[in-house]
Amino acid sequence: MLAYIVRRTFYALLVVLGVLFFLFVLFFAVTSPDDIARRAIGDKALPQVIQQWKHVHGYDRPLWPGPGHATDNLFVEHFERMLTFDLGRSDADNVPIARRIREGAGPSLLLTVPMFVFGLALSILVSLFVALFRETYIDRAGVLISVLLMSIPMLLYIIFGQFLLSKVLRWFPLSGFDPEPAVVARFLALPVVIAVLSSLGSSVRFYRTLFVEEIYKDYVRTARAKGAGEFRILQGHVLRNALIPIMTDVVMTIPFLFTGSLLLEAAFGIPGLGSLVVDAINANDFSTLRAMVFLGSLLFIVGQVLTDVSYTIVDPRIRLK
Amino acid sequence: MTAHRLLALADGPLAGAAFGNIIVACLLALAVATFWYCRKNEIWWQALVEVFSRRRFSVLVLSLYVALALADSVSWVGGGGGEADGVLSHEARSLVDRFFSGSTEKSYSSPLAAAEFYDKTPLVRSRGHLLGTNILGQDVLYMTVKGARVALLIGGLTSLIAIPLALFFGMVAGYFGGRVDDLVFFVMSTLASMPSILLLIALIMVLGQSTVSVCVALGVTSWVSFCRLARGETMKIRELDYVVAARALGVSHAAILWRHVLPNLLHLVVISFVLLFSSLVLAEATLSWLGIGVSGSWGQMIAQAKDELSRDPIVWWNVAAAGVAVFVLLLAVNRIGDALRDVLDPRTLGEGR
Repeated sequence: MLAYIVRRTFYALLVVLGVLFFLFVLFFAVTSPDDIARRAIGDKALPQVIQQWKHVHGYDRPLWPGPGHATDNLFVEHFERMLTFDLGRSDADNVPIARRIREGAGPSLLLTVPMFVFGLALSILVSLFVALFRETYIDRAGVLISVLLMSIPMLLYIIFGQFLLSKVLRWFPLSGFDPEPAVVARFLALPVVIAVLSSLGSSVRFYRTLFVEEIYKDYVRTARAKGAGEFRILQGHVLRNALIPIMTDVVMTIPFLFTGSLLLEAAFGIPGLGSLVVDAINANDFSTLRAMVFLGSLLFIVGQVLTDVSYTIVDPRIRLK
Repeated sequence: MTAHRLLALADGPLAGAAFGNIIVACLLALAVATFWYCRKNEIWWQALVEVFSRRRFSVLVLSLYVALALADSVSWVGGGGGEADGVLSHEARSLVDRFFSGSTEKSYSSPLAAAEFYDKTPLVRSRGHLLGTNILGQDVLYMTVKGARVALLIGGLTSLIAIPLALFFGMVAGYFGGRVDDLVFFVMSTLASMPSILLLIALIMVLGQSTVSVCVALGVTSWVSFCRLARGETMKIRELDYVVAARALGVSHAAILWRHVLPNLLHLVVISFVLLFSSLVLAEATLSWLGIGVSGSWGQMIAQAKDELSRDPIVWWNVAAAGVAVFVLLLAVNRIGDALRDVLDPRTLGEGR
């Protein structure tokens, strides 16, 4: 068990290094510091100005390790700083990125956690309902509606939701955010509803397949033979067993709750991490983007290790692989 | 850098008609080859007929989109009428361009509008714009029709990048195992651990904004899941008797991969392609909204609604036209994908995701 955890953690560390290397290639080798500077201050900037900008933002050293600068180069510095969580300062306005991330994490979580909880609960309920009526018109209609919901881009949900519910009916504020506990729900209600609705289609379709697959297994037939009611079978047998693949699918999305939802946050003016990324795109702020990709990957990798380890505790068969 | 220059070249001098049409030609050749392969193979032909009979309407809708995309790909230089659209004399115009020639207004006009919007200039085509015009005065129906080609190009080009890549690495890793597998798996887990939307944004920011770089970025982020699927399936096939027998007879690894493994992965390729396609069109819409999408796409038309819906009077026709176009295309593709999955392989993909 301990050997497995050590091995798994070591592999995760390797992947973290892989991500860092990939980020270096992307953000330093493919787009040279000169490119970054030109994007930030304009194509026609004088060479001295570009040099000055590179100096201020710490891009004016050699890229790769070489004779004379074995440690004093961007490659080593990139690894060193990211691994010690020294995320540096924004290329656009020189604010420490770590501070921005601390400020943005709260609003992001306030949006994504309810979105996740309600979304999961609703899609499990709906898919159980559809599975209960499998191979009837209700089932077929459920699948068709799922496909209909899936075929609409998230963007359209946001635009029409905002237009209809906020602008025309005035049920919700159009956009904005206030961390005050009394009013925060007012601002978050509409984005949460939209997010739940837009993800409902694909998850209902997926979960329904899992449930229906489970329903045709032998132990369900046994349960039915011994006289258990349909509802009892669904919640006692089918739901329990189908929860394992559902959880595998769901656990992987938990790390991304933290990084927020780009579209929703930008559309509803929620100052979370998603908005941070959108601002970074608009400002050509490569250092913030770099830090956010790294942070997202790190969360995902840690989440993956935790899932794998907890599975081996729950299910000894996996440990043997 | 070099990659940068190459992309710039593809989007600059080779842009639009020429470069796009090379890809369209490739896709068309691929479609014909697929059809020919199916015609030759009894099992595939039956599957195709089955899907067609189950989803007659969806196939019809998809064919309409493909036809529109092709009509917008057939283009030539000259022929008059270009001056009215502000097109330079050496630029090629497609069938669709020529059909809607000379329809540009000054600015917005609502569907079938007869009166002037502002200014005292009368409309060029009074009551002539079935879906109105957009902020630049372009006919919305025209832009929507042109979007079909862009959407199919995004889906097609990206799949052309992602699927062969994923298939190759998945097959090699699954078949040879050992070090090769370790390496491929490591690259896959590295790419998969980056949140795909963030990785997409990072890639597009780095590669610069162009149709090709958006497709390259989408390809990089989307090949991993199919690669994993192909790898797992190859590992199963590797252990089967006919592969062992072929190996014992002295058939080379390359021949086994080509003749015994690849044909058994084709159903996964087809299903993945269809599922990938709809997710790509959705992803492009998101990118457009973030301001880094493909020009002329439906995503961009939808993204304009940010401002248009808060105008007075409300400009709804632009977003409605593009929205309906995306919705209908994706619905048809998803329905066909479902039928394909049921017919070709009811189980594997559910487990593979």
